[in-house]
Amino acid sequence: MNKIWLIIQREFLNRVQKKSFLIATILLPLIFPALMAILVYVAIEQKKNATKDVVHYLDESKKFVPDTAKYIFRKFDGSLEEAKKTFQKDQSYGLLYIPDFDLAHPRGITLYTKVNPSPNEIGDLEGILENRVRELKMTKFNIKQEVLDSIKTDIAIQTINISEEGDEQTSDSKVLFGIGMACGIMMYIFIFIYGAQIMQGVIEEKTSKVVEVIVSSVKPFQLMMGKIMGLASVGLLQFLIWIILITTLSSVVLGYFGLDMPQQQMMNEMSQQYPEAQMQNPDTMELLNMIGAIPFGYLIFNFLFYFLGGYLLYGALFAAVGSAVDSPAEAQQFMFPITIPMLISYFGLFTFILDDPHGPISVWLSIIPFTSPIAMMGRIGFGVPVWQLILSMLCLIGGFIFTTWVAARIYRVGILMHGTKINYKVMAKWFMMKG
Amino acid sequence: MEALVANNVTKRYTNHVALDHVSLSIPEHTIFGLLGPNGAGKTTFIRIINQIINADDGDIIIFGEKLQEKHIGTIGYLPEERGLYKKLKVGDQLIYLARLKGLSKHDATEKSKAWMRKFEITDWWNKKVEDLSKGMAQKVQFISTVMHEPRLIILDEPFSGFDPVNAQLITQEILELKQKGCTIIFSTHRMETVEDLCDHIALIDKSKKILEGSKKQIKETYRTNTYTVEHKGEIHSSSSNYELLSQKNLEDSFYQSVIRMKNNDNPNQLIRALTEVTEVHSFIEKIPSMSEIFITLVKGGSRE
Repeated sequence: MNKIWLIIQREFLNRVQKKSFLIATILLPLIFPALMAILVYVAIEQKKNATKDVVHYLDESKKFVPDTAKYIFRKFDGSLEEAKKTFQKDQSYGLLYIPDFDLAHPRGITLYTKVNPSPNEIGDLEGILENRVRELKMTKFNIKQEVLDSIKTDIAIQTINISEEGDEQTSDSKVLFGIGMACGIMMYIFIFIYGAQIMQGVIEEKTSKVVEVIVSSVKPFQLMMGKIMGLASVGLLQFLIWIILITTLSSVVLGYFGLDMPQQQMMNEMSQQYPEAQMQNPDTMELLNMIGAIPFGYLIFNFLFYFLGGYLLYGALFAAVGSAVDSPAEAQQFMFPITIPMLISYFGLFTFILDDPHGPISVWLSIIPFTSPIAMMGRIGFGVPVWQLILSMLCLIGGFIFTTWVAARIYRVGILMHGTKINYKVMAKWFMMKG
Repeated sequence: MEALVANNVTKRYTNHVALDHVSLSIPEHTIFGLLGPNGAGKTTFIRIINQIINADDGDIIIFGEKLQEKHIGTIGYLPEERGLYKKLKVGDQLIYLARLKGLSKHDATEKSKAWMRKFEITDWWNKKVEDLSKGMAQKVQFISTVMHEPRLIILDEPFSGFDPVNAQLITQEILELKQKGCTIIFSTHRMETVEDLCDHIALIDKSKKILEGSKKQIKETYRTNTYTVEHKGEIHSSSSNYELLSQKNLEDSFYQSVIRMKNNDNPNQLIRALTEVTEVHSFIEKIPSMSEIFITLVKGGSRE
């Protein structure tokens, strides 16, 4: 045990003392928000400063009324041929040709552009036309605008979870969706990065031949576990630094932008600045409330647990692969089968886990130890019944004990083998081999 | 006392037997040569002593006790395939390896420093191993093998990779360690090393021990009763006392002949017989070198 501790220390120091660790740990949480801030800033600036595109229109139906919110419309009188010629010469963005059309079946509306228009731009124009057609239809059917306005309602359903104990908890599925997605992706990336580091470490020890000296002092199992746990402690330290950095940074940043203001004041300010925003978006405020209501402690605890569990489970397998091969290139072919369950849960995250977090497949994926770290992270925000969580955790613990046992049997033989041609049969033979 | 006794040590792999009932005894305070061609099972045997792998059968007694985990610190092992952590500084590396052998942090630091002073390489302390030359790294590795003061030192091809100056240095170290009471197991192909340094040897071939004993004893056993004789005047033929194996003319009437003695005579009787036919100028027993014995035995074995 004492020796495992020594190895853990050594592995830990080896990684933490590297400059790259410091840089990655400190810069990553700074880079992401900075990138996001830059993108948001650029997007806002672009919108603010964007000159509206000029769209010429040739309206033969006499029904079009330009909506100038997004485009500058210039009417063109004359034939389509003339319009096209003029359009080719000038700097305008597009030429919208509206033939005379039947209200019930509007056909033949064409947009001529010099570059391929984006779906957004087409959508915008279609929206304008659709609105106009609707207005015309309303007039035709004698529906007054007031009637229509009163029909239009914006509903935001407030969702409240009632636990068995009767505690009520507000939730917002969009926020939960985001949390699930972020946690799931992070889990996938971290297990991969740290797993690959274990493998690389094992291959390094094997190719530098230092391993024979080490295993004359410690048992191969101790070496493997020391390595895996040493790296796990590096991961935990990294998370700890990130959590501290992100909480301090975000409170500083939020404070700076005034998001920390009392809510009433904020609402007032918002309604002054964006009167329409408040009207249209009753759920903006709710979103802010919701973020405040996210149980970060619970999330972080579960994230760390599943990271550790998933990491130990896959880390052992990565160590076994590393021990069997002589070079990282050779390792590729054995990596693939290991990553399949990870990929399944990763893609499952996008396809069904987040959409249907309580469906049977989602539940089972979050209980099977090979997929549970990612799948459970996707589900965790939506509220997971305690029995499922406990079952999943126990399975994960059992799972990594199992993979560690399997991996250790391959590892102890593999690290001393050089230049052997490896396939699954050989590995199985090693696994069966006595001491 | 015996430093190490192996009784019927056997190791089987799926397709072959790596060690087949090998029994050895290695006396304390000796340099023991473990010889054998490639693939004979030397490394397997050494790994079993180091508890890297376990024997399927048989047992190993080390300094009177059955081999177990606590003996890890008693053994120092220099594997044939040398290796250190490339990115780790020399000082940290030595301390780490010594601590894995069971030294306290304080002792490990003191010992590493002392050995580096001894080898006059103190200024390497903060260098990474990847920045050292091969010979330099070998020195560091040698220190790591002996710094925890093991009573049994196992050196697998210790001189490979050393230049003659460093090889000499290491040889001196080895002799000094023997003086201090260490037992040293040498696994090697280099027969001149065996000739110079080893007191006892064992020869392993095809998983079996085929020879064991003190160097003198073995040479005694494999003496062929042949003598190199320089003489004035040609010897014309063999006689009832001796057999003339070869004769060559050196200069004028001086000849050098290889002569085998017959009928359990002693050398004096042979000389007497020779002086009757020629004028003997020198008379030396042709002692087989370890290399010759090695080759004879291994080749002899492969003919079967």
